[in-house]
Amino acid sequence: MALLTRPRPSTKATSAAPAGVRRGRAAVLTAGMAAGLVVIAVVSGVLGAYEIPLSDLFASVLHRAGLGGHELDRVAESVLWDIRFPRVVLAVLVGASLGCAGALMQGVFGNPLADPGVIGVSSGAAVGAVGAISLGLTFLGNWTIAFCGFVTGLLTVAAVYVLSRGGGRVEVVTLILTGIAVNAFAGAAIGLLMYTADNGALTGITFWQLGSLSQATWPKVLAVLPCALAGLLVAPRYARRLDLLALGERPARHLGVNVERLRIVLILVVALLTAAAVAVAGVIGFVGLVVPHLLRMAAGPGHRFLIPGSALGGALVLVAADLVARTAAAPAELPLGVLTALLGSPFFFWLLRATRRKQGGWA
Amino acid sequence: MRWRSARTAPTRPVTGTDFLAATDISVSLGGRRVLREVSLTVRTGEVLALVGPNGAGKSTLLAALAADLPSTGDITLAGRPIGDWTVAELARHRSVLPQHPTLSFPFPVADVVAMGRAPWATTEAADEDEAVVTEAMELCEVTAFAERPFGSLSGGERARVALARVLAQRTPLVMLDEPTAALDLRHQELVMRVCRARAGSGDAVVVVLHDLGLAAAYCDRVAVMHDGRVAACGSPREVFAAELLSEVYRQPVDVFSHPGRDELLVVPRRSRNLSPQPIWTSP
Repeated sequence: MALLTRPRPSTKATSAAPAGVRRGRAAVLTAGMAAGLVVIAVVSGVLGAYEIPLSDLFASVLHRAGLGGHELDRVAESVLWDIRFPRVVLAVLVGASLGCAGALMQGVFGNPLADPGVIGVSSGAAVGAVGAISLGLTFLGNWTIAFCGFVTGLLTVAAVYVLSRGGGRVEVVTLILTGIAVNAFAGAAIGLLMYTADNGALTGITFWQLGSLSQATWPKVLAVLPCALAGLLVAPRYARRLDLLALGERPARHLGVNVERLRIVLILVVALLTAAAVAVAGVIGFVGLVVPHLLRMAAGPGHRFLIPGSALGGALVLVAADLVARTAAAPAELPLGVLTALLGSPFFFWLLRATRRKQGGWA
Repeated sequence: MRWRSARTAPTRPVTGTDFLAATDISVSLGGRRVLREVSLTVRTGEVLALVGPNGAGKSTLLAALAADLPSTGDITLAGRPIGDWTVAELARHRSVLPQHPTLSFPFPVADVVAMGRAPWATTEAADEDEAVVTEAMELCEVTAFAERPFGSLSGGERARVALARVLAQRTPLVMLDEPTAALDLRHQELVMRVCRARAGSGDAVVVVLHDLGLAAAYCDRVAVMHDGRVAACGSPREVFAAELLSEVYRQPVDVFSHPGRDELLVVPRRSRNLSPQPIWTSP
């Protein structure tokens, strides 16, 4: 009888939250991340080698907005508006681009472990940027490196896409394997460019490869802005179709999704977002991989929240990481890409194990 | 009658007309001819079963009819060549249950079923999304685990969720690839009753089956596939002859009437002589 009367483990405990609760959770997460982003952005303005009190920061912002306040002394004003704020804005743009690109990539490949780096956009963009540094190209002034990175990034995606096409469609496995081959080729190209570069360029390349926002200026912000905005505005339109793609290619097509066209558009958007981010900030890993993953665990896999949520989350993570990168070992500065990878990899590893255990596999 | 009254599909053909017609279609996969000059019609208000041994081409035929595979020959849907349809139009006219339903991300069951409403998102029919989804989930008996993630379900539960999604799509042509394969006895019968109900309300239903007893009991017509061709097509009583089935399946089979009901039973002949006296025997 003991067997019969023993309470059965509740099925509720293993089940997902009802739809209403999940929507509520998405709203709370959005509000929380937005608030966190504002707070950390303000803290980023205050902290640093040149301390600017909170009251001064607000006064200066109000003054520039024409709402009262007062101007600071020249040094403080310059530190705030020429160094710190462009850096925060650039971190927001780069983080949002990487987070959004990660969410799109995972949706397109139907694999929670996919990453913009997988299909070779990152390394493709890196080839262009390294080439521009190493050859000393300046035909577009400040925009040269970003532009070259973007062009080679797009070329790489186009090449990967064409090479992995067969019979009128793209198989995910072929695409990913082609991405690996292209990554190897891009690595060799970067190696070659570095081998031929002079010492000054070499330092620049190395620094850039580690990933950093320390060279942030308003022109750089302007260089990323069009690409990032275009990508971020287009991406949410495809949320529902990405949900359907989770059923598989054929079932998605049976539900009216033009799968092939969806893929092409989203891969272009991913290229746009990633290449823009990589071109100005170097290779910053883990943001595009873990942010969507975390949000999916917290608020479910629906892309209508996941895509804008990952953009917001990516911005939050990168602004916070950049604050740590430039204050943790002051006056020295840690490379941002190294920091995110250092913190992110073990965390991601743990995340993988936990999710896999909970889901009982990835299928 | 519930099905019909709740529906707002754009073109709803008269019961008993040819809705999908394939003429001399052939399909080659990996250099092998998997379908050879198959001709078949799917009529409204009718359940058509595709049966046959493994590798006979049942699923390939279904995929070709669903416009998933390039094929030679002519396929028309509602009188229009299938190549002229857009993906979105097709989605409002035919739904397809895949043989192995999968899902890449842990969407809850209710969300998966609601995905079936996607083709109607911009139409008037979207108003009844919630009612249709609820009804489909009740029909397939998946309401109890509506909030659980798809990945945590058993094979049979997943199959029913996928079926509920297909039913929620509310199309005049329903194509099901082995909908009963993973199901227990009760749910096999349930799925076939759902097929009958859809046919009863004027829809055309094509279903790939392995269980010949189910095909005999629930289907208006049966196409027996053999080696990439339709070996026979007609009502179960016309087609299910012991001789034909024994040859196609390479397994001696007895076909006889149920002693109490007007029903055909198809039973493989086993080595121990336990079967009752058959009506037809293979030579």
